[in-house]
Amino acid sequence: MLEQQESQILVVFPHPDDEAFGVSGTLAQYANAGVPITYACLTLGEMGRNLGNPPFATRESLPEIRKKELQASCDSIGIQDLRMMGLRDKTVEFEDDEKMVQMMTKLIDELQPSLVITFYPNYAVHPDHEATCKAVVRAIRRMPVNERPRLYGVAFANDTVEGLGEPDIVNDIRDVYEHKLGSMKAHASQTGWMLQEEEKRREEGDTAESNWFTDESMYSYKWDQDFEESF
Amino acid sequence: METVEITKLQELINSFANEDVYIHLETTNGAYASHFDEKVFNAGCFIRNVVVQYELGKVTPEAPHRVGLKLANGGWIYAQGITHFELDDQGRLLMAGHDYEGKLAVALEISKTPFAY
Repeated sequence: MLEQQESQILVVFPHPDDEAFGVSGTLAQYANAGVPITYACLTLGEMGRNLGNPPFATRESLPEIRKKELQASCDSIGIQDLRMMGLRDKTVEFEDDEKMVQMMTKLIDELQPSLVITFYPNYAVHPDHEATCKAVVRAIRRMPVNERPRLYGVAFANDTVEGLGEPDIVNDIRDVYEHKLGSMKAHASQTGWMLQEEEKRREEGDTAESNWFTDESMYSYKWDQDFEESF
Repeated sequence: METVEITKLQELINSFANEDVYIHLETTNGAYASHFDEKVFNAGCFIRNVVVQYELGKVTPEAPHRVGLKLANGGWIYAQGITHFELDDQGRLLMAGHDYEGKLAVALEISKTPFAY
């Protein structure tokens, strides 16, 4: 359940479907509670590998498909303000670093979020994830401490618990199962395998205590263990 | 996309020869390859909107196919593992190799106009 009251949430991820796996349940809970959510999605996952065999899409038609999937996912979650930022999949880390910080600063200045959700630096696995969340941290670091929004990071590197300990934010999301399932289903081109797993799990009457559809966890950003000294 | 049909694909490759064309060439084993299996050495590359001219292009007979383009300046473009192709609605020749799980492993695309960003 949600512990904090929020006035505006800003979510920043680089790929359509990044929001589905880790935070769609949590976001649905906030949306149900009437909190406005803006999702800045940096790319359209243009370089996604799941094209099927026989293929259902080409390298060139995939972005349009994923754009529609992203919109459908946002509908399912209850995100009303979706911003597609126009970068290309796999290239985020090669953009000008200061330009990336400015992009985040602009969003924060405009929206004045009370909570920002992105990945957790150094525990985000994909180079686009790392570049995205580092730009977000840098933008917020520049703000006076007492004006900073809360910052939550999604971490899923294999050494996450070793490095960050157990997550301090754990949301029970069983009440928004349909929203999360809808978000995952919306990204069918990418999540097909995972949905099959979930279906199997349900059919077998799996009562595992924790899975994609029971809880979501994040880490409050540890400013006292910042990923870099300065930028 | 359809499964490679040599005669058809060879004709299409010929139709882009001897003029400036834009190339997208890519190989990948996925950004998560070494996250799921730490023994995997992850390597890949892509180039996009590089202009070249080729004087001879060939697709080899056995599937999955290799495609080689001999460039007018003495250089080469080479792709291995091509399984599918199509001439898309914008007249671009898209070739791709999809693995047994339906994941793209290689792509070679030839266009007379630039690819989107």
